[in-house]
Amino acid sequence: MWRTIYIMWLRELKRFIRSKSRILGSLGQPLLFLLAFGYGFGSVYAAAGRGSYIDFLAPGIIGMSIIFTSIFNGVQVIWDRQFGFLKETLVAPVPRIAIMFGRTLGGATVASFQGLIVLAATMLAGFHPVSWLALPAVYLLMLMTGTLFSAIGVMVGSLMRDFQGFQLVMNFLVMPLFFLSGALFPLNNVPVVMLWIARFDPLSYGVDAMRYLLIGAAQFGLMLDIGVLVLVTAVFLALGSYFFSKIEV
Amino acid sequence: MADIIRVNGLHKRFGEFDAVKQISFAVAEGTTFAFLGPNGAGKSTTIKMLTTLLQPTSGSIEIDGHDPVREPGAVRHSCGIVFQDPSLDDDLTAWENMEFHGVLYGVPRPVRRARISELLEFVELHDRRDSFVKEFSGGMKRRLEIARGLLHHPKIIFLDEPTLGLDPQTRNHMWEYLHKLRASEGITVFFTTHYMEEAERNAERIAVIDHGEIIAAGTSTELKERTGAASLEDAFLQLTGREIRQENADPSARMRMIRGRR
Ligand SMILES: Nc1ncnc2c1ncn2[C@@H]1O[C@H](COP(=O)(O)OP(=O)(O)OP(=O)(O)O)[C@@H](O)[C@H]1O
Ligand SMILES: [Mg+2]
Repeated sequence: MWRTIYIMWLRELKRFIRSKSRILGSLGQPLLFLLAFGYGFGSVYAAAGRGSYIDFLAPGIIGMSIIFTSIFNGVQVIWDRQFGFLKETLVAPVPRIAIMFGRTLGGATVASFQGLIVLAATMLAGFHPVSWLALPAVYLLMLMTGTLFSAIGVMVGSLMRDFQGFQLVMNFLVMPLFFLSGALFPLNNVPVVMLWIARFDPLSYGVDAMRYLLIGAAQFGLMLDIGVLVLVTAVFLALGSYFFSKIEV
Repeated sequence: MADIIRVNGLHKRFGEFDAVKQISFAVAEGTTFAFLGPNGAGKSTTIKMLTTLLQPTSGSIEIDGHDPVREPGAVRHSCGIVFQDPSLDDDLTAWENMEFHGVLYGVPRPVRRARISELLEFVELHDRRDSFVKEFSGGMKRRLEIARGLLHHPKIIFLDEPTLGLDPQTRNHMWEYLHKLRASEGITVFFTTHYMEEAERNAERIAVIDHGEIIAAGTSTELKERTGAASLEDAFLQLTGREIRQENADPSARMRMIRGRR
């Protein structure tokens, strides 16, 4: 069980570290958002008397890079299917759940690295966390959020046979999850409908918790955030394992 | 000797199409068994059912005393598989692909190291062990897959058209090694092929399969005697009513057939 999780995790990591284009490519979008929104809306935000928008935005952008990287990691399942490597893992005498967990944790680790890189970038752009001591906890949160969305990615990857399908999911699932999550704007002044939507969006809680630790302000509160993340992660790990175990090649 | 593979009334239906029709056969432990048949005969489908990748529609299978449907874990332990289509991770090195397999199959580290070295040596990839698989030629990938399939000391190795794309020299070399392993480790070899010569030369028993049915099984001598044919090729013609190469209408497949005959 452990060795399976370990070797699947290691594989994801090796592939990530070796693929420079993937690292750079997945940095592009968060940085673009950071610059365009951060500097673009910064003055409006400050004029409204809310302080530094970059500070507010940074956790959201980190959340963005994590959700994109980790859900996209599910594409790996489709690649493996197309290139035949999936068969190699499926005929191995190991529980399917261990394969799925290893993949998920690998994807989460990769996403958390991306999160760290983006965090560094936001600091270059002028973001100041309230306390450096919070950084280890922030990293744990990145891993947790990454695990949640990695599990969703693997689940979607198990259900899809081609990239078009996955692309569709990216557009109709990931984009709304991101835009409606409160990553880009504070939730305390939005219409009730939007607040409720955000309440059903797990990314909201990941971002909220990071915001709590990084800038000391939160909408839902740290305990609720972590509670929701743990619960939803458990649900999707279970669902993901189930669908992964149903794969036939 | 005891039968390590027992198949009874095995059937696979895809929608409306019966790919494998009520086949039964047995393979004695430590022997080499060939599934000979044209494209689309149902060879790969059968292998997939024997190795837990596909659920049979009906019928029973026993691999080393275990049922792939009810005890997939046990069956997976006993089997090494070389698939017809590639199944390597192109972004890992040859060594890493082997290492991955070894860890997944629970081969202890010192044994793993030694065995990987030995196998890579044998398939002549040892000096390329740190190259990425994406830099390998088709034949090199094939050799690596064969080495990988043997890594965890399987009791049975399934080879689905193992020598496709290998040059004659490598092909002979591979068979030599497999026969050696059979002698030293008592491994059972189950392979599919459309090359009659390959079946005749390497298998103790041959099952001829066509349109999902086993139309004849026995040693190549028996097959020839039964049909009164001079060569296995003629026997095949008699049994199926056509030549095996007619099934391979596309030129590249025909080339392979011709190359296989030499
Ligand atoms: N997943 C599937 N769904 C539907 N039909 C399938 C599926 N897999 C195989 N078949 C059909 O079953 C038949 C047998 O296929 P199989 O791959 O077992 O043939 P084969 O003997 O291995 O042929 P080849 O020499 O070309 O590899 C073919 O007609 C094929 O189209
Ligand atoms: Mg086949």
